[in-house]
Amino acid sequence: MTSSVFQKSPFQARLDALNIVQQWTSWNGYKSAQVFDTIASEYFAIRSTCSLMDLTPMEKFRITGPDSQRFLNRLVTRDLSNLAIDRVAYVIWCNDEGKVLDDGTVFRLGENDFRLCAQHHQLDWLSISRLGFNVNIEKETDDIAALAVQGPTSFSVLNKVGIEGLDKLKPFQICQQSISGIEIMISRTGFTGDLGYELWTSPENALDLWDLIYGQCENGNFDIRAIGLHALNMVRIEAGFIMPGEDFVTAETAVRADRSRSPFELGLSWLVDFEKPYFTGKKALQAEALRPANRRLVKLSVEGNKPPADAFLYDKENGKRIGTVKSCVWSPILKANLTLSDIEFENGSCPEKIWAEIYYQKELEWKSSWSQCHVSHKPFWKNARASLTPPMKF
Amino acid sequence: MENFDAIVIGAGHNGLTNAAFLAKAGLKVLVLEKNEYIGGATASLELHKNWKYSNCSYVCSLFRPEIYQSLDLGRHGLEVVPLQGSVTFKQDGDYLGSYHQSDLWRREVARHSKKDADAAVRFDADLMKWCRLIRGFLLRTPPDPASFRPRDALEFAFLLKKFYSLSESELYEFIRFFTMSIANYLEQYFESDVILAHFSGGSIIGTGLGVYSPGTAYVLLHHAMGDVDGNVGSWGFARGGMGSVAAALSSSFLSFGGTIRKSSEVKKITVSNQTATGVELVSGEIINANAIISNLDAKRTFLKIIDESDLPEDIVKRAKNFKIRGSSGKVNIALDGMPIFSALPDKSPLTLGHMHFSDTLERLERAYDDWKDDRWSSDPYVDMVIPTQYDPTMAPPGKHMMSVFVQYCPVSPEGGWDDKKKKAFGDTVINQIGDYSPNFKDLILHAEIRTPHEIEKEVGLTEGNIFQGELTLDQLMFNRPFPGYAQYRGPLKRMYMCSSSNHPGGGVMGAPGANAAREILRDFKRKNTTPEDFGDD
Amino acid sequence: MTNNLKVIVIGGGHNGLVCASYLAKAGLSVQILEARDSVGGACAPIIDNNGNKLAGLAHASYGLNMQILKDLDLPALPIQLSLDTISLSEDGSHITFANNSVSGRKISERDSKSYRGFIEEFKKYSEALDVLTTNIPPRLKDMDWHDKKTLIKIGWNLRFGLGKKLMREFLRVGGINIFDVLNEKFDDPAIKGAIAFDAVLGHKMGPRTPNTVLSYLQKISFGENNSLCRSDNLSTLLEEKAKSLGVKILTNSKIDRIIIEDGICKGVKLESAEIFKSDLVISNADAKTTFLKFVGTEYLDAMFSHRVDSIRQEGAVARINLCLKALPKDQNLEGDKLFQRLIIAPDMQYVEHAFNHSKYGEYSDHPILEMIINRVEDRGPSVNSITATISASFAPYDLKGGWGKNRNLFVNRVFETIEKYIPGFNNLVKSYELLTPCDIEEQYNCVGGHWHHGEMGIDQSFMMRPVHGSAQYKTPCKNLYLCGASAHPGGGITGLPGHNAAKQIIRAI
Repeated sequence: MTSSVFQKSPFQARLDALNIVQQWTSWNGYKSAQVFDTIASEYFAIRSTCSLMDLTPMEKFRITGPDSQRFLNRLVTRDLSNLAIDRVAYVIWCNDEGKVLDDGTVFRLGENDFRLCAQHHQLDWLSISRLGFNVNIEKETDDIAALAVQGPTSFSVLNKVGIEGLDKLKPFQICQQSISGIEIMISRTGFTGDLGYELWTSPENALDLWDLIYGQCENGNFDIRAIGLHALNMVRIEAGFIMPGEDFVTAETAVRADRSRSPFELGLSWLVDFEKPYFTGKKALQAEALRPANRRLVKLSVEGNKPPADAFLYDKENGKRIGTVKSCVWSPILKANLTLSDIEFENGSCPEKIWAEIYYQKELEWKSSWSQCHVSHKPFWKNARASLTPPMKF
Repeated sequence: MENFDAIVIGAGHNGLTNAAFLAKAGLKVLVLEKNEYIGGATASLELHKNWKYSNCSYVCSLFRPEIYQSLDLGRHGLEVVPLQGSVTFKQDGDYLGSYHQSDLWRREVARHSKKDADAAVRFDADLMKWCRLIRGFLLRTPPDPASFRPRDALEFAFLLKKFYSLSESELYEFIRFFTMSIANYLEQYFESDVILAHFSGGSIIGTGLGVYSPGTAYVLLHHAMGDVDGNVGSWGFARGGMGSVAAALSSSFLSFGGTIRKSSEVKKITVSNQTATGVELVSGEIINANAIISNLDAKRTFLKIIDESDLPEDIVKRAKNFKIRGSSGKVNIALDGMPIFSALPDKSPLTLGHMHFSDTLERLERAYDDWKDDRWSSDPYVDMVIPTQYDPTMAPPGKHMMSVFVQYCPVSPEGGWDDKKKKAFGDTVINQIGDYSPNFKDLILHAEIRTPHEIEKEVGLTEGNIFQGELTLDQLMFNRPFPGYAQYRGPLKRMYMCSSSNHPGGGVMGAPGANAAREILRDFKRKNTTPEDFGDD
Repeated sequence: MTNNLKVIVIGGGHNGLVCASYLAKAGLSVQILEARDSVGGACAPIIDNNGNKLAGLAHASYGLNMQILKDLDLPALPIQLSLDTISLSEDGSHITFANNSVSGRKISERDSKSYRGFIEEFKKYSEALDVLTTNIPPRLKDMDWHDKKTLIKIGWNLRFGLGKKLMREFLRVGGINIFDVLNEKFDDPAIKGAIAFDAVLGHKMGPRTPNTVLSYLQKISFGENNSLCRSDNLSTLLEEKAKSLGVKILTNSKIDRIIIEDGICKGVKLESAEIFKSDLVISNADAKTTFLKFVGTEYLDAMFSHRVDSIRQEGAVARINLCLKALPKDQNLEGDKLFQRLIIAPDMQYVEHAFNHSKYGEYSDHPILEMIINRVEDRGPSVNSITATISASFAPYDLKGGWGKNRNLFVNRVFETIEKYIPGFNNLVKSYELLTPCDIEEQYNCVGGHWHHGEMGIDQSFMMRPVHGSAQYKTPCKNLYLCGASAHPGGGITGLPGHNAAKQIIRAI
C-alpha cells in the first residue's frame, strides 16, 4: 500500500513545491494539479507569457512494427498515409457504430514507429484493433515524461535555454534535441490554441528539464508559471477543443444507447475521410452522412455575464427544450460566456434562435434568467501568433 | 378463534416482506413459522457463546431499496454497511485486490495485465447496460407469453420497449450475455487468469453449474446488480447479522398490526373445491383465511404441504421436475483474533471485503466436476467475509466471526452425510484457508459446518438450494417456478406463492414477496401498497 | 434480370454445392473454386493410404432437407443406406434405435413408451422451428418485411402449432440441458446415454451443458422419410446436379484472398496469383477463414473482427479410418447389426466424464465413439479390405502438449474402449489413420477443425450465427455472402445454410 492513491509524476517534486493551494485531482491515476496559485494568474500565463504543465498522465502508446501505419490508418478516421516522419496529426477514432471512442494525436517518429496520445484508457481498444496486423503496441504512459510549454513567450524561453532550430519548427512538426545532456523530443503541439510546444523525455531527465526551463523564471528573464487543469480547461474551450468525458460520453463507457456521439455530431466532420482506406466505423459513418443531422455539439456563446453551467437550451424563451450546455467558461480575454453545447437539430439544420435558461445564485439566493445564444463557426479565440513560423521573439 | 384475511407460511424475509405489505394495506395477516426464530435464511444465531452467526445468508445488496424505504426499515432498526472491495489470493503468493477507490483498483488490475485494466472499463459499461435492463424487471410481475389477456400483452409491450431501448448490436449482445457461460463471456474482455477467476466467482455461487456452463453469465447479474446507496455492484453487511433484516421486517409488519406465531409448523394447506381455505398445523390446529400464501420453495409447497389429490396432475409433475439443487455449503467460524494473510501487506483494507482463493477458471471448473459426481470440491471456491471488522455487535472486542460460503457441496455424497464426512468437508475448507493464513487454524474457537443437508433441515430450503430453485433459463421470468404459474398465483384458488422460487428468484431481495403482495392486493381489490421501481433515467 | 451476374462460390462443400445449384437454377453464372482435389467437403469420400474408399468425414447423416431435395430434384438417399443406431453395452445387452422406437433386452415398457412420446414431442418442436431453420434468421431491429413475416410465423407456430401447453414446455426446455430433460423422461441409463451422445457429438459440450437440448434438436431430423443414412454418394449426387445446372467447378484452387475495393467485393485471388473477377462472392468457408484470412481485418470494423475471432470453434472429434483383418465376431452383433451405426455412450455420466477432459485440453480417458463398419458391397477399389470409420470424442483441438506423441496414445484409448464392448476387436485392426481436429483443420481448410464450423450454443445460433453483423448470410462487405455451416442454422448435412443463403442472395439481387 502506498500512503496516497496518487501515482507520482517524475515532475512531482517541483509540482508539489510550487502548488501553494494544494488542489490536486486524479488524472489517469496521477496526482495532478487543478490549480497552483490562482486560476487567473495561470490563465494569463498561457495567454500572455509562458506556462508549464505536466502532461505525463496523458495516455501514451508506442506503436511499432511493419503494419503500424496500416494499423493506425484502420484505427482513425483521418488519412494517415501521407503523414510524414516528424509530423503530428490530431485524430479521433470510432467504434463499429461510428461513435467516438477518444481523440488524441499521432506522432510519426519513424517509418514504422508511432506514438499515439489519448485522453482515455485505450489499450483494450488498440488490442482489439490489432487483430490481423503485425504491430507491437506498448503502453508508455509511465515511461515518458511530458511537459507542455505554452504561451506567446514559450518560443523565446526555449530558445533561451539553448534549444535550437525551433524558429523553423512548424505547427504539428517534431524535432529531436540534446540539451545539457538531456535527450528531448519537441513537438509544436498543444491544447491551448496559442503558441506552444510539448517536450518529451525519459522520466529520469524530468527534473533537470523542468529546472532548465523554470530557471528562466527564477533568474528573472521570463514570467513562467506552472498551470493546472482549470486554467487549461478555460483556454481549450476558447480554442474550441473538445474534451471526451466532458463534452460527450466516450462510446466504450456509454451505458445508455443515445449517449455516445459520432464525429459528425461533435462537429468534427473535417476529420472524417471517406476517400481513405477502410477504417473502423466507416460504414456506419457513411450511412450517417446520408441522413440529415439530428444533433451537433456547437460552439455557443451566451449573452450576458451569468454563468450558463449545466443550463438547458430552448428555441425561444419558455419554448421547446433543444439541448444542454456541456462545458462552459467565462473568457477573461473575450469577456464573454463561451460554451460547447449539444443541440438537437430540426430537419437537419441548427435552430435559428437558441436561448439559455440560466440558474444562478447571488448570496445563496437562487434566480433564473434567459439569455440569447449565438453559434460560432470558428474557434472563439484565435491569434495569428499561434501559427507564425518563426514565432515572435521576446 | 381469530379470523385472518391472509396466512403466510414461513417467516423468511420474503414471507415477512409479503406480510408487511398486506398488513400495510389493512389486511389482517398471520405469519406462521416452524422454527423458534424468524428469518429463515436471514438469521443471526448465537451458536457460540457471545458470538452471533449470520449462519445462512451473510451479505446483502440485492435487497430492494424501494422496499427498504416503503416499509421504513431504517426506523425499524436495519442498517446496511457497505463492504470495502474484495480479494482473490493466488497460489503463487500474490493476490488481486479489488478496491472501491477507482485509481487503486485500476492500478491493481494493471499489475496483472495492463490490457485487462483498460478492458475493465468496457466490461463495466456493458455489465451496467444489462443491470439496468434487468433491474427494471425485478419489481414487476412477469407476463405469460402464452396468454392473450390485455394485462399480459401490455406487460410484454413494456418489456419489449425496454428491450428495444438497446441498439441492435446491444440486443444481440444481451441475448448472448443471457445464454453464455461466464468463462466465455469474460474471455471476450480479459486475458489474465486471476482476473477471469475473480469475476467468475459470482456466477457460480449457489448454482449447480460451472464457470463453463452456458447460462452462468446471467447469474453474475444476481451478484452484480445489487447496490448499496446507489453504488451498483457493491455489497453490504446488515449490522447485527442478517437476522437484522428479518427483525426489521417483522417490526415493520407488527407495526401494521400483523401477527407472527413461531414454532408453528404447517402440516398442510386445507383445500375444498379447489380453493385453499386454511392451514392445518402439525399440532392439529386448523386456521382458516381468505388467502394462503406459501413462502416455501415450490417443491415443498406442492409436494409436502398440499395433498397430491388436491392438485392438478401436471403441477405435481412440474414440482417433481423443479430443479432445486443443493450445491453450496457454509462454514461459520468463531475466531480468537484476526487472521493474518501472508500475501497481503500489513493493514491492508482487503480483508474488509470478500475473500477468495480460486485463481484460475480451471480450478473453478474442476470444483464443479467434483460436485457433478456427488463429491464436495476438493479445491472448493469459497466466498469468505469477516463482518466483525466493522460490526461490533457480533463478537466480543478483538474477536471475530468469519462466514465462509463454499461452492460446491453435494446434497448427498455417496452413502449420505455422516459426521465424519461433514468434518472432512469442513476440514477441506479450513485447510484451504489455512494455506493462505498461517495463524488461522490456531484462532478457531468454534466452527459450524453446514452442508446442504443441514440447510434443508433447519431452514427448509429443499436440497439446501440458496435460491430456492436454479437460476437457469427454464426457471427464470415467466418460467419461474413453472410456466403458466409465474404470477404468484398457485393452481388453487386463493393460494399464492411469495418465495424465491418465484420471479425474480433468490438472493436477499424481497422482490418476490413484494410482487406477490401486489398480486394478492389486486385480487382483494385493495390499494396497492408495494413500491414501484425507482428507475434510473 | 440476373442472367449475366457472375458468381464465385468459395468451397464446394455440400452447402456450397446446394447454394451454387440454386443460384445456377435462378440463371446466374456460377463458378465454384474448391481448394481440395474434389468437391463435397465433409461428405466427400476419403481414400485411405491403402487406396480404400471410405465414407467422408460425415459418415452418417439424415440427408439433405426435404425441400432442397424437391427443389433440386434430387433423390432421397436410398433406403438400403439407412442406419439403425445400436448403443453398445459392456454386458452385451445392446439397445437399438430404429424407426423412432427403441428396443433391447432390458428396455422397460415404460421407457419404450416414453421414447415414442419423447420423439413425438421433439418432432413437434422441430416442426415449430422449421420456419426458422429454413429461413433467413430475422434481424431484431430495423426489420424488413421478411423478418417480420418470419418472426410472426415463429410466434404463430409456437403458440398455435404447439398449443399453449407444449409452447410453455418448449420455452422451458429450449434453453436447458439434455441431462435434465432425459432424467425427467427415462429410467434406463443406456437410453439416456445414447440420446445424450447425439446431443453432444461434434460439440464441446457434455450432457449437463445447457444448450444441449438445442443442439439435439438441430442434429436430429424427425421426418418420416428422414432416417439416418450413410452419406456415401451424397457428394457425387450434388456435384452432378450442380454441373447439370451449369455450375462450373474448379478444384485445387486455394483462395489467397477475397478482393475488396471500397467496401465492395470484386472477386477472389488464388494462391496461384490467378484473379477471378465476379459480381458476387459466396463463401462456403467458415467465418474465421472467410473474414480473418480471406478478407482481412483491414477491410472490416475492429469489434466485428474481434467477435469473429471470439467464435468458439475448436473441434473436439477425431476421425479414425480403420482397416480390419476380419469382421468382428460378436454374438450380440449378428448379421446386419454389425453394419449399423454402433455407438459407445453407455450412460450420461460416462459421456459427461468423457467431456470433462476436453475442458482442460485433455482427451477422454474413456471416449465416446461412433463406428460404422462398411458392408462388403460398399468396399472400395481394394476389395480385400474390410474397413470401418470411427468418430471419436472428446479429442480436443487445443490438446495440452500438442497432438504429436499423443496420437498413438489416444488411438489406443479408443481401441481399448471398443475392446470392452466388442471383445477381440483389438486383434482385428490391420492399420489405421487418425485425423485429429488439427488434421481436419489442415485438410478441410476450416479453422479449429470443428464439424459445425462453430459450436451450436444459443449465443452462436440464429441471428447471432456466426456473429451479429453477418448473420443473414450477408457480410459487412457488399456482394460478399456466407453459405456454410458457420451461418444459420449451422452444421449437419442439411444443406440449409446453402439453401437459405441462396434465398437471401436472390432476394438481394
